[in-house]
Amino acid sequence: MKKSMKKLLSLGLAIAMAASLTACGSGKASEGTTAAGTETKGETQTTAAGGAATGEGTIKIGGIGPISGSTAIYGQAVKNGAELAVNEINANGGINGAKIEFNFQDDENDTEKSVNAYNTLKDWGMQLLVGTVTSAPCIAVGAESSNDNMFQLTPSGSAVDCTKFENQFRVCFSDPNQGAASAQYIGENKLATKVAVIYDSSDVYSSGIHDKFISEAANQGIEIASDEAFTADNNTNFSVQLQKAQDSGAELVFLPIYYSQAALILAQAKQMGYAPAFFGCDGLDGLLTVENFDTKLAENVMLLTPFAADAKDDLTQKFVTSFKEKYNETPNQFAADAYDAVYAVKAAAEKAGVTADMDASAICDKLKTAMTEISINGLTGENMKWSADGEPDKAPKAVKIVNGVYTAM
Amino acid sequence: MEKSTAKKFHIDKTFKTNLITYSIVIAAFIIVQILISAGQVSSLMKGLLVPLCIYSIMAISLNLTVGILGELSLGHAGFMCMGAFASSIFSISMMDSIPSAGVRFFFAILVGAAAAAAAGIVVGIPVLRLRGDYLAIVTLAFGEIIKNVVNVLYLGKDSNGFHFSMKNAMALKMEKSGTIILNGAQGITGTPKNSTFAIGVILTLITLFIVLNLINSRSGRAIMSVRDNRIAAESIGINITKYKLMAFTISASLAGVAGVLYSHNLSSLTATQKNFGYNQSIMILVFVVLGGIGNIRGSMIAAVILTLLPELLRGLNAYRMLIYAIILIVMMIFNWSPKLIDFRKRYFHLNRAKKERV
Amino acid sequence: MMSFISYFINGLSLGSVYAIIALGYTMVYGIAKMLNFAHGDVIMIGGYVVFTVVSTMGLGPVAGILLAVILCTVLGVVIEGVAYRPLRMASPLAVLITAIGVSYLLQNIALLVFGSNPKSFTSVVTVPALKLADGKLTISGETIVTIISCVVIMIGLTTFIKKTRAGQAMLAVSEDKGAAQLMGINVDGTIALTFAIGSALAAIAGALLCSAYPTLTPYTGSMPGIKAFVAAVFGGIGSIPGALIGGLLLGVIENLSKAYISSQLSDAIVFAVLIVVLLVKPTGILGKKINEKV
Repeated sequence: MKKSMKKLLSLGLAIAMAASLTACGSGKASEGTTAAGTETKGETQTTAAGGAATGEGTIKIGGIGPISGSTAIYGQAVKNGAELAVNEINANGGINGAKIEFNFQDDENDTEKSVNAYNTLKDWGMQLLVGTVTSAPCIAVGAESSNDNMFQLTPSGSAVDCTKFENQFRVCFSDPNQGAASAQYIGENKLATKVAVIYDSSDVYSSGIHDKFISEAANQGIEIASDEAFTADNNTNFSVQLQKAQDSGAELVFLPIYYSQAALILAQAKQMGYAPAFFGCDGLDGLLTVENFDTKLAENVMLLTPFAADAKDDLTQKFVTSFKEKYNETPNQFAADAYDAVYAVKAAAEKAGVTADMDASAICDKLKTAMTEISINGLTGENMKWSADGEPDKAPKAVKIVNGVYTAM
Repeated sequence: MEKSTAKKFHIDKTFKTNLITYSIVIAAFIIVQILISAGQVSSLMKGLLVPLCIYSIMAISLNLTVGILGELSLGHAGFMCMGAFASSIFSISMMDSIPSAGVRFFFAILVGAAAAAAAGIVVGIPVLRLRGDYLAIVTLAFGEIIKNVVNVLYLGKDSNGFHFSMKNAMALKMEKSGTIILNGAQGITGTPKNSTFAIGVILTLITLFIVLNLINSRSGRAIMSVRDNRIAAESIGINITKYKLMAFTISASLAGVAGVLYSHNLSSLTATQKNFGYNQSIMILVFVVLGGIGNIRGSMIAAVILTLLPELLRGLNAYRMLIYAIILIVMMIFNWSPKLIDFRKRYFHLNRAKKERV
Repeated sequence: MMSFISYFINGLSLGSVYAIIALGYTMVYGIAKMLNFAHGDVIMIGGYVVFTVVSTMGLGPVAGILLAVILCTVLGVVIEGVAYRPLRMASPLAVLITAIGVSYLLQNIALLVFGSNPKSFTSVVTVPALKLADGKLTISGETIVTIISCVVIMIGLTTFIKKTRAGQAMLAVSEDKGAAQLMGINVDGTIALTFAIGSALAAIAGALLCSAYPTLTPYTGSMPGIKAFVAAVFGGIGSIPGALIGGLLLGVIENLSKAYISSQLSDAIVFAVLIVVLLVKPTGILGKKINEKV
């Protein structure tokens, strides 16, 4: 009896598999001829408004990042920031007259899913990639993109290996760069001499910054009074880590972690009556947007981020206003990185004379050189330049949270 | 007289079923190859081919533990993790010593399988003394321990040889020219991409061959007798510990092979909750349950479909797991509810049910 | 020394939450002989209900907890009736996997309804922190309330089982379902009651968990759920005092190993201790010896 049921079941499954395979096959046939077929599949597509106004065709830019799962806020921010830039560029005539088509795919911050997303975009006809958002997926996709000679500019993939290949560039700082910059900033501004560190040892970003911070701290005359880790499976109870920081007499707690755990650490520190200075990196950005978070807890928290939403320059103000209008929230640094990334691509493409009919590999060859020749004034830095190894040349800004908003220090 | 013909018929039947299973895999391989040469396969599908083999192997190997041995393992991804990391370390450190990618990958597979098998023995000896739910929770615990420990290991190589630490990368005290192979939670980057669909299919076939032959062997029948009635099996002189450990270790080493494919398919390898945590173990268990506990072919097909499905439905991503959950619950009730089984017996397959009862 | 006491008390606080969650696991196991994997997610739902009532609707924490208890009780009974009851006579593995399915279902419903971004939970505890030894030792209000509630619940539950008819019926069902039915006990009703109590406790645990560690995501319940499950096994699954001992021990071991061995390996250490305990006592600290029937 049972056997027959199972047979029936496996037969059903087999049919379903065959059906799905043919479904894939037929999907492929239409690919390349027109984008209309894939339009329904893609999660988000910002097609050039107004259609083919110039007749110069469209340049297809792909994006990859987590828009579901626990790191969704970063992917979402990058997606929104990039979309905003794409819309602006299209409204102003596009790149060399060609409109941009942007397609953002979810990777759930998983390496395997990320490669799947990359392949989906390739099927869609992607000519260059703005992504991926998080580090480990970025490294995995990098191996694929370098193999395909596909130009890749990550807004926020900060691990060293995210720019391992010569087709890869990034907008944000690298992890060691942030770790060193944080130690230097604390040392030079004499914020503290005894520092406690709480970091996520199971996270690439966090442990990358942490390692460099520890080694640089020695050069800056900073004493690491306590150095405690937590892991992704144990990231709600910080009583021990905070207790150790308190017992060690640290004046400042360095938090090279993401904002969701930082919000918890701040709340628990208050519960136990511990009030040191807190200092973090760009991962802390987003702290103020946690729903129902008591922003008083974040008062005087310092962070090293290249972008501050309340900076007074025209570019930032214009960006923040239109971002708020469109997405109804204050943009964070990830959105700014993505916005800059799209504009950097535009600048490089214009310099190299990229046109819509070029294939991905030809575009990549041109952009690789052009990226090192451009200099743009972006949200996350003035006169941003890139070296051939993919690293940006810009200065970090330190901001402090005062009365619930970022204030430049 | 009658008995022996019945037995012969039985063997022929299993042989036939197994043959069908092998031919499904081979046919799938040939069809895909034809489609690829005809340019009909998208990049997405090409990228999914190796993962499909990985999850098929995982499902088959877990089915050996759950279906054939009859013990619930909630830590199977831990063995995959062992295989993945051991083989990646091997491949990277032997990059110069063994220049041929094929030979190196062959040994990497052996290393991965051996590492996972070793873990299987270490875990199996204490775990298999326990029963039922206690066993399940301990396998879960071991899976989490493996993942947790891998995340604090640091391994580097320089001219003085290997350096090892459980603290951080600085504690390795390496020369400037040295390279860090395994950097704690940052994992391993730069594993050569050796996994191909052909190798994946060959490994799937080998896995099938091992498991199906085991089931139909003397040892396999001993294992199943332990599953069906431990005390009766013991009383007729079957060495329970030996057979349990045997099935468990084989299952672990096959999971290790899947891990080797996994790590040599992506250039960055980190141990997270998603790929090697209990969530993954449970996903594999879902393949096994949906495909049919003890039904090797079914679990393989379920693995293929459930891996493909979310990618084909990328637009429905948010509902993917919701759909999974509902399917899982409905399937379980449909397959296992005593009332529904009675109902089906009464209205469907009436004749066959009678025949089987005889 | 002061810091040791502080680690210890924080461990007790964490352990009390584990203990309350573990109670739900252990009661259900004792009576229905199944592992209710979805228990951790009922906690998460409880947390979201309190969050919605207190932070979004602006009502008081008492109203929030009450509503959470009611909704979770209903949820528990519904889950039992729809997903588990049809499988009453089936293999325990089938029920376990169904429970995993229910767990995924609850997580994903929460993901769709509340989104994946974490929410900051406003503590439902208004008790001020206790400062001892000239302020060198601070015990937070959450810790005090959690430990007290744990003890109160434990005493209440033990009394309920010992003194009331329904409690005695539970004991009878856990001993022998068939015999209990013959004695005129409504087995299905008793099991439903068990789920109701377990889920009500989950709601309270949810409020306490989120107050002590004020964050809320669709996955908030899963790790504490697994840990509490470990605690229940640790203490001997099916035993109520076992859940208390298991939970407290687990919390203390976790916190002390974090403090004195390694903060990265604390989970591994907790799991390793569990394995060692089960090898010495295969049914947990207070577990009953299972007699094998041939």
